[in-house]
Amino acid sequence: MMQAFLASQFFFNWRRNLSAIIGSVIIAIFIVIVAFGPLMVAQDPYDLTQLNLLDSYKPPVWLPGGDPRYLLGTDGQGRDVLASIIYGTRVSALIGIAAMLCSCLIGTSLGLLAGFYGGRLDAIIMRIADLQLSFPSMLIALFLMSAVGTGVDKVLIALTAVGWVVYARTVRGSTLGEIEKEYVQAARVAGLTNAKIIRRHVLPNVLTPLIVIATVQVGTFILIEASLSFLGVGVPITQPSLGLLIKNGFDVLFSGLWWTSVFPGLMIMAMVFGINLFGDFLRDELNPRLK
Amino acid sequence: MFAYTVKRLIQMVVVLWAVSVIVFLMMSFTGDPVFMVIPIDSSDAEIEQARRILGLDRSLTEQYFIFLGNLLQGDFGTSYVFRQPAIDLILERLPATMEIVVVAMVIATTIAIPLGVYAGANPGKPLSRLIMSGSLLGISLPGFWVGMMLIYFFAVEWRIFPSSGRGDTVEVFGVPTSLLTADGWSHVLLPAITLSVGTLAILLRITRAGMMEVSRQDYMKFARAKGVSRRGVLYGHGLRNGLIPVVTIFGLQLGDLIAFATITETIFGWPGMGKLLVDSIYRADRPVIVVYLMLVALIFVVINFLIDILYTMIDPRITVK
Repeated sequence: MMQAFLASQFFFNWRRNLSAIIGSVIIAIFIVIVAFGPLMVAQDPYDLTQLNLLDSYKPPVWLPGGDPRYLLGTDGQGRDVLASIIYGTRVSALIGIAAMLCSCLIGTSLGLLAGFYGGRLDAIIMRIADLQLSFPSMLIALFLMSAVGTGVDKVLIALTAVGWVVYARTVRGSTLGEIEKEYVQAARVAGLTNAKIIRRHVLPNVLTPLIVIATVQVGTFILIEASLSFLGVGVPITQPSLGLLIKNGFDVLFSGLWWTSVFPGLMIMAMVFGINLFGDFLRDELNPRLK
Repeated sequence: MFAYTVKRLIQMVVVLWAVSVIVFLMMSFTGDPVFMVIPIDSSDAEIEQARRILGLDRSLTEQYFIFLGNLLQGDFGTSYVFRQPAIDLILERLPATMEIVVVAMVIATTIAIPLGVYAGANPGKPLSRLIMSGSLLGISLPGFWVGMMLIYFFAVEWRIFPSSGRGDTVEVFGVPTSLLTADGWSHVLLPAITLSVGTLAILLRITRAGMMEVSRQDYMKFARAKGVSRRGVLYGHGLRNGLIPVVTIFGLQLGDLIAFATITETIFGWPGMGKLLVDSIYRADRPVIVVYLMLVALIFVVINFLIDILYTMIDPRITVK
């Protein structure tokens, strides 16, 4: 398995593509942060017993007044900025990934149904998709959040509601192409049920284009979630994402306390940039036509 | 062409109707607006009376038809907070939003198209690679964070530009604008730059992709062989065809800019309709949210329609169906 991968064209191209390597390294670093983050920092930023108000608003360690215990400084409650960024990164990344999985699952299912059965079902699903695509995702998400209220689960619902469309359209398109092909006809003649044909034959053949969409979507979702949380309609203050950390930092920015908002922003930028770099490489690899 | 226009107009009406249904349904799930108009400690009789006045005692279907009827008569409801017609509140703030959206669009287009043409015409050159990495960074940045950094450097550290507000305005045909005063411009610049970042990056990438696509076409090679200069081919033959996808994206981006103006206006305290929307969400001022969404929906369907028409003008090969 490993040997086959190392000998593949994919790996060959990857090794020669600097931006793909940088993107992969960034993603790998973020996976480690998400998986082991809490083990890397001394303080649990949301355990109030570990906070000391005397340590509030300490600048990063390289500035006068910096404290070696707090590498990137502290916020108004004496919370280590580095620790809260690491916890916030987990929230942001996990929301991005979970919302992508939900969108992919729902969108792919609806796309398969629309493409396979056609008719009225197809018309309804695709009209909803068209309607939705004529509005910016950010605005739809903002509107949904204003209707359902804040919370991690609500953010997931809002992101899924804007994210499923792209999968549904792509999958429907490829399904229409696949069901014309002989192997599907053969499966029908062999007497397989529709459910089995969809699952065993059509589904595996429409998945490839979704890989790029899914990768880039995680980045988009992280940005939308950050914007929602920045506006105060995203995650609750007990589970701050990077966006909410930036919002909290914004309130003290005018006093010159820049470190509580600059570092979370850099973190989002690095994470989404890594995802986009890798997504660009995947697009070139999986759709060589577009190169 | 006439038949097409009529068909599109009907489609636009259907879309707006669908939006009105969705907006109405979603809004009816959100809390009880009755406490927005009367104090929490009101007696049951008072609550009942307020419900009747707001029409909340009727069935959902009935409420919808009253809502739709009012919309069609130009009655868009009254803000719970300002006690003014919601539509007036929004139209008052529309020019301010359009101002930063237009300036942002101008900034994005004037920078993105030349850079995109360069990167598309010279793929592989170091400068092109730099431009492309920069644009990828541009789409990876949270827009509001860019705004905060601009505030920090230009308003807090260096004190070159003000951090919030709209500055001096001048009335032109009854519409106040900041674009005719120096003070107004100093207020417009930072929000507009903030808003333009994402659009700039996307327009640049689309322009490059379009240019790379056309440079492979035979008519480009033929023009070169005929003796047209490299520059002449690029701008005379390439640009016009390469820009067709850009026009489509332009329309979508205009919509995105209006959406992102909500955040930008919140950061810069810009008195536009986006900030009004965010404030109204905090205050659960339902009528304002509804009117905002209906108005924005109207703007979007009109933009999409105009873009489709523009499309056929730029590329005569495309015919409307």
